[in-house]
Amino acid sequence: MTKRLGQILLILPAAGWLTVFMIVPCLIVFFFSFFERGTYGGIDYTFTLDNFARAGEPVYRSIFLGSARIAAMATVIAVVVAYPAAYAISLAPRHRQTRYLLLVMLPFWSNYLIRTYAWIVLLNREGLINKALMGSGLIGEPLHILYNEFAVVTGLVYNYLPFVILAIYASLQRLNPEIREASEDLGAPAWMTFLRVTLPLTLPGVAAGAVFVFVLSIGNFVTPDLLGGGRIVMVGNLVYDQFLSARDWPFGAALSLALIFIMMVLLFLQAVAVNRAQQAKGSTHA
Amino acid sequence: MKRIGIYAAVVALAAGLGLGAAMAEGKIVISNWDGYMPKDLPEKFKQATGIEVEVALHATNEEIMGKVVAGKGRGYDVLFVSSPFAEVLHKLGLSATIDHAKVPNLANLYSEANTLAYDPGNTFSVPYAWGTTGLCYRSDLVEGTPSSWNDLLEPADSLKGKITMLATDRWLMAAGMLARGYSVNETDQGRIDEVKALLIDTKKSLLAYDDTTFYSKLVSGEASLVHAWDGWCNYGIGENDKIKYVIPKEGTDLWVDTMVVTTASENKDAALKFIDYVLSAETGKWVAENILYKVPNKAAMDALDKTLFETYPNLAMAPADMMKQEQLRDLGDAQKAYTKAVTEITASN
Amino acid sequence: MPDRRTANVLLAAHLRLTYVFLYGPIVVLMVLSFNRAGMPTTWTGFSLEWYAVLARSPDILSAAVNTLIVAVASTIIATVLGTLLALGVERGRSSGLLDALLFAPMIIPDIVLAIALLSFYTLLDLTLGLHSIILSHVVFNIAFVCAVVRTRLKHFDHSIVEASIDLGAGLFTTFRRITLPVIFPGVLAGALLAFTLSFDEFIIAFFTAGAGSSSTTLPMRIYSMIRFGVTPEINAMATIIMLVSFTLVFLSQRINRGTIAGG
Repeated sequence: MTKRLGQILLILPAAGWLTVFMIVPCLIVFFFSFFERGTYGGIDYTFTLDNFARAGEPVYRSIFLGSARIAAMATVIAVVVAYPAAYAISLAPRHRQTRYLLLVMLPFWSNYLIRTYAWIVLLNREGLINKALMGSGLIGEPLHILYNEFAVVTGLVYNYLPFVILAIYASLQRLNPEIREASEDLGAPAWMTFLRVTLPLTLPGVAAGAVFVFVLSIGNFVTPDLLGGGRIVMVGNLVYDQFLSARDWPFGAALSLALIFIMMVLLFLQAVAVNRAQQAKGSTHA
Repeated sequence: MKRIGIYAAVVALAAGLGLGAAMAEGKIVISNWDGYMPKDLPEKFKQATGIEVEVALHATNEEIMGKVVAGKGRGYDVLFVSSPFAEVLHKLGLSATIDHAKVPNLANLYSEANTLAYDPGNTFSVPYAWGTTGLCYRSDLVEGTPSSWNDLLEPADSLKGKITMLATDRWLMAAGMLARGYSVNETDQGRIDEVKALLIDTKKSLLAYDDTTFYSKLVSGEASLVHAWDGWCNYGIGENDKIKYVIPKEGTDLWVDTMVVTTASENKDAALKFIDYVLSAETGKWVAENILYKVPNKAAMDALDKTLFETYPNLAMAPADMMKQEQLRDLGDAQKAYTKAVTEITASN
Repeated sequence: MPDRRTANVLLAAHLRLTYVFLYGPIVVLMVLSFNRAGMPTTWTGFSLEWYAVLARSPDILSAAVNTLIVAVASTIIATVLGTLLALGVERGRSSGLLDALLFAPMIIPDIVLAIALLSFYTLLDLTLGLHSIILSHVVFNIAFVCAVVRTRLKHFDHSIVEASIDLGAGLFTTFRRITLPVIFPGVLAGALLAFTLSFDEFIIAFFTAGAGSSSTTLPMRIYSMIRFGVTPEINAMATIIMLVSFTLVFLSQRINRGTIAGG
């Protein structure tokens, strides 16, 4: 009895804080989305479903789709770069692996404004990369690699790559080495072992990393804002604009809800897929 | 437990720091754009009147409007906002009436500055700086002399990828409106759609939408022709004398940046003293010299060193000529259409 | 087997390139911060000028102080609440609802959380200031501290606690003498991470900050410096902040050695 009470007392303060400062504000956003914008901003408490209807209009739908497309590109690139890197770390001597991982994670924990700003310095027409390419004679005209989708995708990959490496590495770690040995003993070449054994078994880690990148990219504000030069509008920028420029809080709220809904669906699908994968392959894990 | 005590104390301390600042006697908080005021203005004002000035910065009108509408202006005494936004603040009841008796330096203003369309008689706002919007370009990187908005909106091949436009929706749309011969305060949906289509096309040749760093892009050569406010262009001219400013033949808008006192201000008298100080001939002159914008302060402009006009020709524009241009007004309900059009433009591919 | 060997060589090279990708931009900024010419990228000589400019800017210094206040306050609160939460959650059955509650701050896009909090404070008519930022930062910090402490607790053999209680030590003494020393590295590591997160956080601070420079944090200042046109001292600022982050995270890992893969 006291144990249960003790447990509740331990959980209560934090759960209470999260409820008051996270759940309640999100409920308020939910609540706002059903009202109208006052003539000059602010809220006019007239019930309406207009905001959701507006969110479905072509211009906004295409922004959602565009954000999904950019997020998907960032995800694919991040996974493709991360997997070999994680694999390489897992092959390294045990005592060095922690160090390699730490080096991977350090940038991830540093200020993302600055990390994004660094790309402005690198990618602009008079920036380092163009200067280097022009200087070495590889190109005649500077490349247009800033203030467009390329820059935004690069920024997103750069920001989230470390986490994907970590997720895949964790999955590789959990593999039972005996399975790989068994596969080789049975005569499979290295690449087939990788393709048919290692890769499928590490898919949960890949999925976790991929969903993480996708979910964080689609709602990202800073990266398209700084690297997009106003030309790339993702959902995060749209919400920001509604709250500041348009002063249309109800519509901004509706858009936020749409975003959260999409993300929850994705996470749910990922959880289901992982569950199913684990059930199917349960016997191959140590 | 000790820990709870510590964190409670820290929270209280932090809260106190947040609230205490606003309650200090003889102190006002103003919000302005970065670099839009001489850096030592607050210091000099304090020496003259003993009132302390805390300067908050906002990057765009929208940012400060968002904060002020959300917080009902609490924590701010004087806001520097562009005229359409001053109108909105007035309509929302967030701007206080300017007691002219307390701002005698209003007499320094040009007569034109007392009859501005958005606030005739300056009842809820006081003009701080005014000017035009036009094309700012590198004469050494652009062939010929740009003379029309279409030079920006339908650029020559050599300019593609080297032009920028202002990001704020009113000015972004205004360029298109003027190019098509419409009013900068146009509310007809058909015309809005027409301009939107034009600007979507322009986006394909654009380097970026930029309100704040376009002049440094000109200086570095990243851009050759940019959509600019005249004063900002002067910063570029100051760094590279090949940069020139031109008002397109289709016309421009007369924009006015104003000072507004918030209704939430607890120090309205101090706020008005600040505005009065800014309007003095001396301060006005020194503001103009510092920020390289025209001020609607006749006494100040008359006192300006004439050589400035040679380096920065747009400073010499006479108020009478400026008044020939259209003034930006708040669009009321039509603002939604503009915001939506701009969203479509900036999100287009 | 040649196949494997080439594969390993390629993999190692790829890893090295990945590190170059991850650290290149940061190194470039750091190098540029010492460039006398400041911005663009022609090296004209070593100079500490930009650091001096930084030291002379009162608004940057005050923003740094504000950021420290926010980070320290939100870290302390979040560490206490997060640790308690971890202790409570780890001992009982795992509740899906609770897990979702903990997962949410990391999943909700920060801009949505930012506007939600602003809406909440506006509805309450709360005057914004540093305190509103602190209240907001605690939200995501609790989740991180809890996660780190929980991993520490996973390796914790709970039977020791039971033995201690059986031997007559009170709950509090048991906590102080047995549980706390074991989880302390985790708590400290979590606190350091929380501090770093709060120190670097931008968008929530931007929306929930009050008026004036007394409520401006360093990330807010950096954002406006970036948006306003790059002045060279921003590279000096970037370098300092990066080094601070790295040091804190490095310390956090050292203290909590061995739990990196279990996180």
